[in-house]
Amino acid sequence: MTHKKLIIALAGNANVGKSVIFNYLTGLHQHIGNWPGKTVERAEGTLSFKGYTIDIIDLPGIYSLSTYSLEELVSRKYIAVERPDLVINVVDASVLERNLFFTLQLMELETPMIVALNQADIAKRKGIEIDTEKLEQLLGVPVLQTVATKGRGVSQLLEIAIKVIEKGQTTRREVRYGEEVEGRIARITETLQDAQFIYPRRYVAIKLLEGDEEIAREIAKLAPKAVNTAKELAGEIENLHGHACSTVITSERYEAAGSVARQAQKLVPPLKLTAEERLHNLTTDRITGYLIMGSSLLLIFFAIFTFGNYTSDLLSNLLNRLEPLSTNLFGTGIVGSLVWGGAAEGLIAGVTVALPYIIPFYIVLYFLEDSGYLSRIAFLMDNIMHKIGLHGKAFIPMMLGYGCNVPACLGCRIMETKRERTLAAFVTTLVPCAARTVIILGLVGHFLGIQWALALYVFDLVVIFALGRLAFRIMPGEPSALIMEMADYRMPQVKTVLKETWFRLAEFIKIAFPLIIVGSLVIKAADVFGLLNPVANLLSPVTVTWLGLPVITGITLIFGVLRKELSLILLAALLAPVGLQALTPVQMVVFTLVAMFYIPCVATISALVRELGGKKALYITLFEIAFAIILGGVALRLLTLFA
Amino acid sequence: MSSKSVEDYLKAIYILSQNGKSVSTTEISEHFNIAPASVTEMLKKLAKKGYVRYSPYHGAQLTSDGFQVAERVTRKHRLLERFLHDVLRIREDKVHSEACEMEHALSDEAEESLCRYLNHPDRCPDDGKIIPACDLPFSTCEECIELHKKDLEESGRRELIPVSITQLKNGERGKVSFIRGGHKALQRLSDMGLTPGTEVTVVKSAPFHGPLEILVRGSRLALGRGMSERIFVEAEKA
Repeated sequence: MTHKKLIIALAGNANVGKSVIFNYLTGLHQHIGNWPGKTVERAEGTLSFKGYTIDIIDLPGIYSLSTYSLEELVSRKYIAVERPDLVINVVDASVLERNLFFTLQLMELETPMIVALNQADIAKRKGIEIDTEKLEQLLGVPVLQTVATKGRGVSQLLEIAIKVIEKGQTTRREVRYGEEVEGRIARITETLQDAQFIYPRRYVAIKLLEGDEEIAREIAKLAPKAVNTAKELAGEIENLHGHACSTVITSERYEAAGSVARQAQKLVPPLKLTAEERLHNLTTDRITGYLIMGSSLLLIFFAIFTFGNYTSDLLSNLLNRLEPLSTNLFGTGIVGSLVWGGAAEGLIAGVTVALPYIIPFYIVLYFLEDSGYLSRIAFLMDNIMHKIGLHGKAFIPMMLGYGCNVPACLGCRIMETKRERTLAAFVTTLVPCAARTVIILGLVGHFLGIQWALALYVFDLVVIFALGRLAFRIMPGEPSALIMEMADYRMPQVKTVLKETWFRLAEFIKIAFPLIIVGSLVIKAADVFGLLNPVANLLSPVTVTWLGLPVITGITLIFGVLRKELSLILLAALLAPVGLQALTPVQMVVFTLVAMFYIPCVATISALVRELGGKKALYITLFEIAFAIILGGVALRLLTLFA
Repeated sequence: MSSKSVEDYLKAIYILSQNGKSVSTTEISEHFNIAPASVTEMLKKLAKKGYVRYSPYHGAQLTSDGFQVAERVTRKHRLLERFLHDVLRIREDKVHSEACEMEHALSDEAEESLCRYLNHPDRCPDDGKIIPACDLPFSTCEECIELHKKDLEESGRRELIPVSITQLKNGERGKVSFIRGGHKALQRLSDMGLTPGTEVTVVKSAPFHGPLEILVRGSRLALGRGMSERIFVEAEKA
């Protein structure tokens, strides 16, 4: 039997349960990557159904198909240009009007589509009942109720989808705007008659009226007259309404969505506040909100660090037992030490960080995100984050940064604009991760007392604040404000959380492991061939003269590029037999300061490259090296002055 | 009673009353540093003109007419402060008294031009208070720049001067009429459902000048403070 191939895209607002449907449909046959040339995530999966091999593309969760964000542009381009066989529009039944606004835009693209009316159970609890048949009639496309969290209605969705693909879709209704707009749309479509392009004519006409630059640029090559006519006509509409034409069209589209929603839904608001609402009120309250946030974050950090430390030790003990095996196989010569001391040690380093810390971090993060609590945290933290030019959402990657900077940098994706993404990623690399915490606690905390360690943490916050503010000032572009939906609380789905965790972990391993292993190999090779000491000597003007540290710290700082806590372990080894006590208190503080800031580790750098591109990653890296060296030197001079 | 002193009184009540609460005679007398008796006298006169509601024990409250006059003169005052500070480089601590004198003489037309010239400022320079919105019938400042040459009287002015949603009390509603700023912000907001004419309910605002929680078209949104200050609505009278 030959398998026919189909492509189906999932589109819809954020928080509508789109990824739950995606997971349900594709199981583990998923691939998460980026859209070509873009830092927007692309999730793809395959399944077989009724003799078809179906590729499912999960488009990013967006509210409109305008050009506000990269996600919107990517989605629009994909649907319009690559033309999937069908689009399944996932709609949140509990916020019907706003969701239909998006549905109407999809319909304007004239792509075959069906609507999955999801979360009808939540809507019902809020007193919203929806007449599916009526909705189907009003939209002219098939509408199916689904409860994705229970898998209800999902396979029927596929059946209907295939039926629509096989038979074609003819019943789709059109959004009708007011007379004054419709007349002008018709006139623009006329001027477009002879031109050939991928977009539907009516859609092009509407977009030109809206003053969409992206579409105008494309059409200008094919039908320059249409663009000019549209500009003129848009001006006429502006005169008529006293509002910009795009505002008029958006308003009328919303009116259309509202009218469909009103006809299809019945509202019986419940008398009592629902449990979700009461929880919302508690978690966003000016007192209880912060209490709940503070205590849950503390609890999470405590739990993850306790679990992480324990498992990390356990794992490294276990894995180190393999050393004799390696020695047996490869001997203790150059090859042997490269295999064990280089490659294997690198792998162990990766495993003992990734598994014990990053997995629980991800699980907790997705649990918080799926339940809706993350958006409440962003709400509470917005004004503080604003001081460094970011909005509340950026608190989330920063928080992640305390675990590991790599997932934190990857997490900066949730910021909408490039500028904010860069700013958030930069600030995140300054957050002391678990590895840097090891240095702070192991060196300063252990030998100088916990108050010094705490002081360093506070100092780190000050640096984050000051540098964040500085970067915010000098970086070009307009700061964008928080505009965020706070969707209703819901029970997170264990399956979705675990799957997200698994895919993120895979991503982390793919980014970080090769670098850690290769880096470790390179440094070991340098060690084996006796290159470390010359390099350390080369660095001595900085390490000895400027920072007042022993020559060997040069070596340890190089190792720190791989993994920061390695620099401490190595330092202890190199200072043997005296150990770390060989350092003076001032040297300890200076060393820790430098280690905290001097460079993001290789894995973080590669995460930066992936999220921001090579140039920005390079700038951030160079800046942090310079900053740490200057800071260390200044600290040395100030501390010796006062000590 | 000169129009200057009427405007000064209304402005004082506007500034002293937060969220439409009554202002006591004592508060006003402290504000102007004059005897309570003369304040009472003046409030009675203003009540007769329909600008305030006054009762001896509760103090004074602006009527919608009074509110409009007060808002307009406050707007002129704060725009003038910006002009004196940003353009003429007059020191921050001097601009207030200067603007107090000039605000009564500034025509509405000059006020509009000033606003455009200063690039539609949000706040006044000395204490960072929001500059009230104008009563021109636009939904963004960009529209004002593009369309200001046309005859304004033809398209008409707003009946009510809109207030920023940050000035609404928890639970109060209003209809979006004007968004200060460019099209990009308006586009984003209208994509989320905040089109001109849409009803918005302010649920609460996060502490320490944090974001606002609003309800719009059945969805719950968090809007950053700076963004919220730029959204002006025609408040529904409670």
